[in-house]
Amino acid sequence: MELIFAFCIGVLTCCGAYLCLRGSTFTVVIGLTLLSYAVNMFLFASGRLAFNAAPILGQSESIADPLPQALVLTAIVIGFAMTAFAVILSMRARADLGNDHVDGNPPAVENEIRQKGRRL
Amino acid sequence: MSLYWIPLLTTLGGLAPLITDRWGRTACAAATALFPAVALTAVGVQIPRIFQGAVLRFNADWIPSLGLDVAFRLDGLSLLFSTLILGIGLLIILYARYYLSEKDQAGRFYAYLMLFMTAMIGIVLSNNLLQLWFFWELTSISSFLLIGFWYGRKDARQGARMALTVTGAGGLALLAGIVLIGQTVGSYDLDVVLASGDLLRHCDRYHVILLLILLGAFTKSAQFPFHFWLPQAMAAPTPVSAYLHSATMVKAGIFLLARFYPVLSGTVGWFLLVSITGLLTMLIGAYLALFKHDLKGLLAYSTVSHLGLITLLLGMGTELAAVAAVLHTINHATFKASLFMAAGIIDHETGSRDMRRLNGLWKYMPQTATLAMVASAAMGGVPLLNGFLSKEMFFAETLEQSTLGSISWMIPVFATIGAAFSVAYSLRFIHDVFFNGEPVDLPKTPREPPRYMRVPIEILVGLCLIVGIFPEYTAGKVLASASTAVLGGRLPEYHLHIWHGFNLPLIMSCFALIGGGILYYSRQRLFTIQAYFPEHNASRVFEDAVKRSRNGLRLIWAWFDNGSTQRAVFWLLFLALAFTIVPLMGLDTTVGLRPQIPIDSVMVAGATLLCVSSVATVIWHHQRLLTLLLLCVVGMIVAISFALFSAPDLALTQLSVEVVTLVLLLLALYYLPQRIRNYTSPNKIVRDASVSVLIGGVVGTISYALITRPLESISGYYTQNAKVLGGGTNIVNVILVDFRGFDTFGEITVLAIAALGIYTLIARMRVFQAHTNIDGLPWSADKHPMMFSVISQALLPLAVMVSVYIFLRGHNLPGGGFIAGLITSIALIQQYIAQGYAWLKPRIKVNYLTLIGSGLLISFLTGAGGWLWQKPFLKSWHGHVHLPLLGDIELASAMAFDLGVYLTVVGACMMILSNLGGLTTPDRPRMKG
Repeated sequence: MELIFAFCIGVLTCCGAYLCLRGSTFTVVIGLTLLSYAVNMFLFASGRLAFNAAPILGQSESIADPLPQALVLTAIVIGFAMTAFAVILSMRARADLGNDHVDGNPPAVENEIRQKGRRL
Repeated sequence: MSLYWIPLLTTLGGLAPLITDRWGRTACAAATALFPAVALTAVGVQIPRIFQGAVLRFNADWIPSLGLDVAFRLDGLSLLFSTLILGIGLLIILYARYYLSEKDQAGRFYAYLMLFMTAMIGIVLSNNLLQLWFFWELTSISSFLLIGFWYGRKDARQGARMALTVTGAGGLALLAGIVLIGQTVGSYDLDVVLASGDLLRHCDRYHVILLLILLGAFTKSAQFPFHFWLPQAMAAPTPVSAYLHSATMVKAGIFLLARFYPVLSGTVGWFLLVSITGLLTMLIGAYLALFKHDLKGLLAYSTVSHLGLITLLLGMGTELAAVAAVLHTINHATFKASLFMAAGIIDHETGSRDMRRLNGLWKYMPQTATLAMVASAAMGGVPLLNGFLSKEMFFAETLEQSTLGSISWMIPVFATIGAAFSVAYSLRFIHDVFFNGEPVDLPKTPREPPRYMRVPIEILVGLCLIVGIFPEYTAGKVLASASTAVLGGRLPEYHLHIWHGFNLPLIMSCFALIGGGILYYSRQRLFTIQAYFPEHNASRVFEDAVKRSRNGLRLIWAWFDNGSTQRAVFWLLFLALAFTIVPLMGLDTTVGLRPQIPIDSVMVAGATLLCVSSVATVIWHHQRLLTLLLLCVVGMIVAISFALFSAPDLALTQLSVEVVTLVLLLLALYYLPQRIRNYTSPNKIVRDASVSVLIGGVVGTISYALITRPLESISGYYTQNAKVLGGGTNIVNVILVDFRGFDTFGEITVLAIAALGIYTLIARMRVFQAHTNIDGLPWSADKHPMMFSVISQALLPLAVMVSVYIFLRGHNLPGGGFIAGLITSIALIQQYIAQGYAWLKPRIKVNYLTLIGSGLLISFLTGAGGWLWQKPFLKSWHGHVHLPLLGDIELASAMAFDLGVYLTVVGACMMILSNLGGLTTPDRPRMKG
């Protein structure tokens, strides 16, 4: 099972990283969200995987490591705040700059690419 | 009064002028002067003890693990320097009151000046090398500010920049030297370092250390070949030149040499490096000074020359030479500061500093002229003045030198030549300015300055005379105690007399005086010769170099960062790969020894769904809505996996965050471009895909290697004490609100800051509103379906009840402030979606900003409550309370803390979402002003 879990983390990271490398803000935000899933799962897994071992006293024999869980809990909430900030920032960028590009291309290059895109 | 009061007073003195600035220059100067005056008194009362040989110390830990203490010491050497710094500083404050015009910002000037004074005091009083270095750099910065005081002038800006660059670079060398010393000796404590001279002199790194320390000292004291910044720094207001560039800052290098004299001197390396640099500087400075037509330029090069002389004395390594160096430091500070102030008066009252135009001023300002002439004579080394004494000692010591073997005779000869030039430029200062015909085309008619502007010069010139005539009574004890400190406890026998009988030094003095006279008499011929040599404009050379390096850096920068986020992210990922792959290759076996959980089909199904949906997100990332839905699938499976692997709190949090995130992103879709550019060059796709796959592979491998290894957790303490100390059975919650409460407090603060940031971003946003969807169809007319709104309204109380329940049980069962806050937010958001912003606006009267603030406040007060019982911050309390009817109730102060968390989370979520939702309505937030 650990193998599958690790594989999932890997796939999430891979997809997140790829989306973060795209050129429009919305995609980057989605990529960031995927990456934060991966990070949260990774941090959580550092306490190792266990069944029926919720860290609540008196409920089960064994108890999973509560510390990573506490860390990840706040990380999830802060991750939301970060996503929200990135989203609003991209909206603001669109409002101020008139586009949603994050590739730093000046307009001339931009047009060239667009034409190339049409031709393709 | 403890020692730390001295730098503290000068620091406070930096605030005084800023406050009193509005009441005019006099009030400002008076308020500023108060602080150094008190500090000087504080130093003064210690004088008897220092003269008896005591060394006063103050020590407090700062960062003990780095060997950094707040440590001050007052010995003979620090006493001498702090008296100079504070005493001359006071005179400068008085002088600057009249020097600065009404247009100048006197408050700013005095504040900088006091900052500088603090830095200097810090250097000379430091008993810890790192602390010394800190103040050393502070002098560079404050001198930058002071030189550039008239920042409207180009020469001031350039001079300031050059001074900062040269002395700052020297400071870095000094830091390296200090760190090496610290490593060799094992301590940065000056007492320890001073006691380990033999260790340092005999270690392998001695020459490296010596070179680095000397670099620091030479750049600060404008020694050849770093002397060029000092004349450029003359763009500063004259009080600054008088204070920094003659009396104090340039003496910091001398001070450093003197400080390290007991541990670093006495070797051939020291002798060669220090004395030859000193000799060269002395000669070059004295020679160039003669040819400067600018009054301050002459004084600047003369300062360079005299600093060279002191360096040479320190380099010679004999005990008497060190005494002479200390004496000349005192003498130079007095006569040079007064000369600068006189030059400032001349500049102030005539409007020019050009000696070709300044002539015959004796008639217009006889008193100033007399003072300047006496000081100038002291500079030239005329008997009965203090300059003569140190010069005599200097000559005597040059005669004692034998380290250069058979060419040792050159040192006294060069010394005499240097002294002759010194006499020549002193003569020029006197004759050219005050006599030699009539003034030529001056902007102002010269007259005497305001009465009190002359007082500082009178005091200093008086000192020159008194020390020159009664050396033993005036400077004797200061000199003795300072020299003892320099020499590490020994003091040679010497006599401060004006008359030593007919001896070789006296003959050398006579030669110098006569030679100087001849040099000055034949100056026109010398000027003609000098004209053959092209003059290097240090400022231009330096500026060119700066410009070249700036252009080069810009090229590199443009190549490195073209403003593309993609590129930055790519390099970030690339470097992350590079740094992780290498250690991973060193890991022989990936799989660890921990017994693994068997695979079952449900989990495989879940994992497959997760992988498929995340890959699908990538494939269809241009279709925004589909992407969001797929993202939600991923989020749900993540939440389920948390639940499955024994983390109910996480599952609850993830579930609720998922909902909030989805609403947020859906809202954002409305404002972001509907069409996502779908073209990337094939090269880029291949590049990005390979990096991503590699990153994913690395992260997956690391995860696998990590989670299959046995766990050594530090959580045992929390598990054992959750009930005993925290009073709850839900360990995760107890950790959040109790054991690691401070972390949580930090985290909700971050949340609050993010919400505020978003608020400001929204408040100034221009809104793009699409009126149709991507296919040109209009939006649905039924914005708020009735069914939905009716059900939502009915659900609200239920949802709030659930959140209250989740909140209350949080300490013992899954739940708590974070989750409850999110659930409440979802319930409220649902109302917004169902009824619309405008409908809810008058109905929800809560100001979310207040909510965030009160949440943080409650958390903080709960934590601070511990102080009332002399407990640390966030120390929790819990116990049983017996209430009538309800019976025993267990209460924990952590509950109040959790309430703060709850309020902050609700406030932040609602602030973000409601404002975003209300962006198109007239009630949207706006910036005032």
